[in-house]
Amino acid sequence: MFRECVLEADLNKYLFNFVNIRDQCTWVHMKQPKEAFEKAKDLLKMGIAKATNLEPLQTVKISVNPTALVVGGGVAGMSAALSLSKQGFKTYLIEKENKLGGRLNNLYKLFPYNLDASQVLNNKISEIQNAKNLTIYTSTIIKKVDGFIGNFEVEIEQDGKFINIIVGTIIIAVGSSLLNPHTLFAYDGKVRITQQELEIKLKNNDLNANNIVMIQCVGSRIEERQYCSSVCCMTALKNALIIKEMNPNANITILFRDLYTPGTIYEKYYRNAREKGILFVRYNVNRIPEVKEDQIIVFNENIGDDIILPYDLLVLSIPLIANSDNKELAQKLKVPLEINKFFLEAHVKLRPIDFATDGVYIAGSGKWPVDITESITQGYAAASRVSTILAHKGLEVEGATSCLPEWNKGLCKGCEVCINVCPYHAIKKNELDEIEIIQALCKGCGVCGATCSKKAITMNHFTNEQIMSEILALGGKEAI
Amino acid sequence: MSFEPKILGFLCNWCSYAGADLAGVSRIQYPPNIRVIRVMCSGRIDPEFIFQGFMTGIDGIIVMGCHPGDCHYIDGNYEAEKKFRMVEKFLSFINFDKRIRLEWVSASEGARFAEVVSSFTKQIKDQGPSPAGGVNPDEEISEKLNAMNMAATSYRMRALVGRERALTEQENVYGERIPKEKFDALFDQAIHDEYIRHRILVSLARDPKSVKDLAIEIRAEPSEILEHITILKGRSQVNFDKIVGNTPIYVNMMEI
Repeated sequence: MFRECVLEADLNKYLFNFVNIRDQCTWVHMKQPKEAFEKAKDLLKMGIAKATNLEPLQTVKISVNPTALVVGGGVAGMSAALSLSKQGFKTYLIEKENKLGGRLNNLYKLFPYNLDASQVLNNKISEIQNAKNLTIYTSTIIKKVDGFIGNFEVEIEQDGKFINIIVGTIIIAVGSSLLNPHTLFAYDGKVRITQQELEIKLKNNDLNANNIVMIQCVGSRIEERQYCSSVCCMTALKNALIIKEMNPNANITILFRDLYTPGTIYEKYYRNAREKGILFVRYNVNRIPEVKEDQIIVFNENIGDDIILPYDLLVLSIPLIANSDNKELAQKLKVPLEINKFFLEAHVKLRPIDFATDGVYIAGSGKWPVDITESITQGYAAASRVSTILAHKGLEVEGATSCLPEWNKGLCKGCEVCINVCPYHAIKKNELDEIEIIQALCKGCGVCGATCSKKAITMNHFTNEQIMSEILALGGKEAI
Repeated sequence: MSFEPKILGFLCNWCSYAGADLAGVSRIQYPPNIRVIRVMCSGRIDPEFIFQGFMTGIDGIIVMGCHPGDCHYIDGNYEAEKKFRMVEKFLSFINFDKRIRLEWVSASEGARFAEVVSSFTKQIKDQGPSPAGGVNPDEEISEKLNAMNMAATSYRMRALVGRERALTEQENVYGERIPKEKFDALFDQAIHDEYIRHRILVSLARDPKSVKDLAIEIRAEPSEILEHITILKGRSQVNFDKIVGNTPIYVNMMEI
């Protein structure tokens, strides 16, 4: 607001300094007017000292290429790409497998309305095939990413063929993988299988078992993998209900630690499962169920004793885990991963679809396990975030950024600590082996300046001289 | 008249400065001793600012940033903490470590901001006036602060503190990671060594001296002083001046 006033006077807007006397002096020292007056004088002195050292700065204008890239052709990526192409933005959708669909390819029915997964998938694919502005590359991976918001230069590889594209934004919708179930609960792929293998059996109508036991949280919510995979409770309920419908006499027992069916509809789904006669037995993580050849022994805390359950099919609910190539992709895109190697958003509440790096967004279970509904929601969310960028011809980038002034280049020893500490990967070494700060990526935190081992980097608008002048004005000595 | 300390606060723009504004809007009262300098991120606080602040006679300095994990700039506050811990270790040599504090205050914590400022103001009042301030500042303390500032600004200390997180939290290209304890031991030794070395440099800048005189002044073993002199000679920071009797005299080669 004040900066705009300065602009109206035809002055550089960075030639403005604010002294906060109301909020941080008058209002907080209302009963000590004399001391508050002294404080206000000091604050003014400091503010004036800094103001005399202010320098005009230029904002940088960057152009925006109105093109989007979506990485991952699962349901989240397809939803995002469709939304963007419908809005008229040229969109590339790349998928590393040889066909679109991701996890939808292997699902039978979708909770909570038991829609056919294949039908949902076919609808999406036919929409995509008819979409304008949408280019699809299957069996394609990202090789290299350069540039920044508005103009990312991306090299992709399709079957050994390299293609270069320029896009304004990138959506990561790479999804997740399944944990390898071998070594868990005597998994054998025949009578002891995963929920996903059960779905294939159901799809092929190839299930002949009467006593079915399902174990939840297999390999998740444990020391080694602490998160909840979020989709397995509903998946188990769904498959149990499908079996019950096909064979009402089937005995189905679900061994669980905690059941996660949030919201009105999912909770109803769970109640329905109970009414249909599906049994739920809680087990304790410290005494996990013991799998024998044809029976399971599970300790139940309520009765204080073991329960013996005979089975002819044991189904393990294994978690979704981060893709093994997430790290490689994250490095190329300069975005962070969290401890389980899922992609980490900029802020869990305030910016759930953004990355800290501008122009890159996340949707679907690449961030953490989500079901199909949530994947679609996030796909649309990411598309709408992208459209806020692509709808503009250009962007203005903050002028108060770090810089390595020409006259300080001789100081730089090339130690690279600045590259290390920069949260935005805005600092790199160029072809001349010189440190280069990319203003479009810099957010102006100033960590590099405070860290630079030779004090060569200057943080514009918060230079050492400006801050030191404030300190000296307070300390009562002459400003340098 | 009771002692009214001069307190300097470095507040990050996004969390603690906004928290201070909220305290204002909510009319929460706190002692009027604090003077605030706004920075974009607590990670911007160069260790130099704190030493220089004390050299100008400020009695206490508080740094406030966003809560861990909430930093507007992803992890600038973690970098701030590393630098702060280094400054704290240096200042403990002159019992100034109780004159600084690092606090995390969010934009919604106006009341907490006021509490933190009140408690820090009391802490500084208990510490009494800074010996480096007032009309007649203690020259020895000022000289020690100067030595610390130079030590913290040295390439070695800045490179170490700048790499701390990379070295202890990530693996290097060989898949190795330095254990935290090992790094801390190395870091503490570096702080100690660089402090003594810069005390030597500051003292020699006043006038050339022998190892024995330096040892008396700095209150360290002559053997340790000699070791440091050897290293400083290697860095071309001190040089042999002349021999008086049987004693070599050294001189500072740098501009201070």
